[in-house]
Amino acid sequence: MRFDWLYRESGRIAELFLWHLGLSVIPVVIGLLLALPLGWLAQRAGFFRSTLLGAAGLLYTIPSLALFVLLPLVLGTRILDPMNVVVALTVYALALLVRTVSDGLESVPPDVIQAANAMGYRRLPRLFVVELPLAVPVIAAGLRVAVVSNVSIVSVAALIGTPQLGLLFTQGLQLRFLTPIIAGIVLCVLLAALLDGLVLFAAKRMTPWQPGGAER
Amino acid sequence: MITFDAVSKHYRGQTVAVDKLSLTAPSGKLTIFVGPSGCGKTTSLRMVNRLIAPSSGRILLDGEPTDTMDVAVLRRKIGYVIQNAGLFPHRTVAQNIATTARLNGTPKDQALRIAHELLERVGLSSAFANRYPWQLSGGQQQRVGVARALASDPKFMLMDEPFSAVDPVVRGQLQDEFLRLQRDIGKTIIMVTHDIDEALKLGDQVVVLRTGGTLAQVATPQELLARPADDFVADFIGRDRGYRVLGFAEFAKGGVPLGAEPTATLGATPETLRQIATDRWVLVADSMNRPLGWADVDSVKGPLRDGDLNLSGTLAVEGSSLRHVLDAALSSPSGRGVIVGQSGELMGTVTLSHVAEAIEAARTGRMGTQP
Amino acid sequence: MIAWFSDPTHWTGSDGVFALVIQHLIYSGVALFFACLIGLPIGLYVGHTGRGVVLIAGLANALRSLPSLGLIVLLVILFGPVFTSDMAFIVPSIIVLVLLAVPPIMSGTYAGVAAVDPAAVDAARGMGKRPLDILFDVELPCALPLIFSGLRSATLQIISTATIAAYVSLGGLGRLIIDGRAQNDYYQMAAGAVLVGALALLVDLAIGILSRLTVSPGLTRRL
Ligand SMILES: Nc1ncnc2c1ncn2[C@@H]1O[C@H](COP(=O)(O)OP(=O)(O)O)[C@@H](O)[C@H]1O
Ligand SMILES: [Mg+2]
Repeated sequence: MRFDWLYRESGRIAELFLWHLGLSVIPVVIGLLLALPLGWLAQRAGFFRSTLLGAAGLLYTIPSLALFVLLPLVLGTRILDPMNVVVALTVYALALLVRTVSDGLESVPPDVIQAANAMGYRRLPRLFVVELPLAVPVIAAGLRVAVVSNVSIVSVAALIGTPQLGLLFTQGLQLRFLTPIIAGIVLCVLLAALLDGLVLFAAKRMTPWQPGGAER
Repeated sequence: MITFDAVSKHYRGQTVAVDKLSLTAPSGKLTIFVGPSGCGKTTSLRMVNRLIAPSSGRILLDGEPTDTMDVAVLRRKIGYVIQNAGLFPHRTVAQNIATTARLNGTPKDQALRIAHELLERVGLSSAFANRYPWQLSGGQQQRVGVARALASDPKFMLMDEPFSAVDPVVRGQLQDEFLRLQRDIGKTIIMVTHDIDEALKLGDQVVVLRTGGTLAQVATPQELLARPADDFVADFIGRDRGYRVLGFAEFAKGGVPLGAEPTATLGATPETLRQIATDRWVLVADSMNRPLGWADVDSVKGPLRDGDLNLSGTLAVEGSSLRHVLDAALSSPSGRGVIVGQSGELMGTVTLSHVAEAIEAARTGRMGTQP
Repeated sequence: MIAWFSDPTHWTGSDGVFALVIQHLIYSGVALFFACLIGLPIGLYVGHTGRGVVLIAGLANALRSLPSLGLIVLLVILFGPVFTSDMAFIVPSIIVLVLLAVPPIMSGTYAGVAAVDPAAVDAARGMGKRPLDILFDVELPCALPLIFSGLRSATLQIISTATIAAYVSLGGLGRLIIDGRAQNDYYQMAAGAVLVGALALLVDLAIGILSRLTVSPGLTRRL
């Protein structure tokens, strides 16, 4: 390890880290916001269920690098545009979370739903007051997987030149220089752990009735 | 014969699950272990096929100690039936049943033939042979579980709450069928239950265990009801002991005098009914002389219809226990209990006082030796 | 891009599509083989005995957060000098592919075995099946649906990461993307991406068919 190099480059590394952070978090947030209504649809109706979950499975199958390369064709963006990466990762997060949200809503005990109906809750209030809160543990588990895998996938975007920590890997290989590679790996793992912990913490705060919070 | 010789089981040195249990389950008989939850019934049962190793003491099969046998060989000699059947979900019903025969070295096609025979034996049609367990109801799965245990024709059987996961109606059916089956096959069986009614109904011998895994009483069901060893056993058997005693066969013998009962058929006019009637109530039967219900002569206005019948009375089959006969008399609106033959045809009626006399006679005959 | 696909010179030869598909499949197959060799027995052992559950769960989480590109680059630089010839990038790439594929296989197998109805296992023991018979006649067949789902994620992970490994000179369809990028030939990149996507979908389909053929209808509840 050449710490002097790290010190000299710390400004650029911090900038890459922030890029990485943004590219990891924004798609998951958008993906979650889209997945909530879609997952609700997928959980309810038979036709939507098979179509939505089938489409989600199909999208998840496409390798990340292929998606990065193909999106400019669909979006009309330039290959270097970070937008491609954001959209691709949103697609992955969405594909994963639609299933998770639908599983989460399914995990709500039918007795509880019946009790809520018996009290006179209408469908939408029941969703927000009863079902979604009870689905938090399952959704949070999926969110953790989505956010952690995203951190790893973002670095792949270095191959098409998007700025983030992955550039430290390509730079390291070109220079045959270990320091940036190790720094990049360590920062990626730290970032993943940080975001994972954040989701875990938030889920625990949202589910005070659970003995172990969101840990499953 | 299965013999427990001072068998104990301690878990982690602390909980005593079974404490110096000594008893014999006689050959060809159904012995039932009964007791409150957690009293060590399952542990005792599973020590017989060494799914649990005893901490001390020995268990013998026909006098042969089990602790020196190879466990797999020992288990193959003993049929094993558990609460939720434990069928293999990836195998068809026939394959499931054939498993134990295959384990004992029976060739495949012969094992499948045995499986098909057993399917009929436990009351399932051969249409079930190629279904998978998920396509069966709980009661049907349990029948397959019993068939699977029988497929190797073991001399001994262990059954852990085999009928407790199904609803009461199905449970009753399974129990009756199992009693009939056991009458044919005469296996040496130990069955575990927490349900004292099941124990009294099925057992040739009932072993009552108390919490802490000690023996409270070993007796036949009749003895248990007549002479519980102590407060714990008396409590466990619960209320209605006196009434339950009537359920045993020895009471059925003396017999209760049958009175002739005139009957009417549907469509009879109020005048006809009044001619037939001996009091307010007339028994109505179908064209095969099978009782349908009672008609109240005073309230029938036109030709007798289905809706006029009072259906509250139960029917006692001829030769059944005094418990059923008494119930028929008590539940009948006329006070006369209806007795039918095996195919449901009317044999006659009994009066409550005749039943009471029969009970009295049986009681003095049976309890005569008691102070 | 249609023009790119209709040019026959792009299909044949040592760097043609056919050769690249074969290479991609070979590297992926080798990695999958080793990943199964490691992941299946560990998963079976942990599921059967219940020992080491926390360990494999932690391992799976930790490995998921490792950036695959960083790992490949790191191993190439570390191992590069050890090997001569192509092995200098093939071996590190395969190691990373295996490393990424083991956790899903391991967790799928573990979860599958752990989820087997305990009553069925108890019945198997009670009727006198020996431990290995229970593992192979009862636990393994009942765990197959989840083993296959683990295998599926592992395979997708491998195919995806093998594409990335083209960056360190590994052969396969990733070549089209990496070389296209270097030569500023977007159509070649897009063609590579389409091919990789199609390959992943086809392999996924193949595993789906294999699982339909091997998993008992008693478990899938499909007749
Ligand atoms: N594996 C075990 N470890 C520790 N204690 C056990 C274990 N199995 C059973 N026990 C304890 O032993 C006692 C008897 O259990 P069991 O034989 O299952 O009771 P029953 O079948 O009569 O309900 C209970 O107190 C139970 O908690
Ligand atoms: Mg028990």
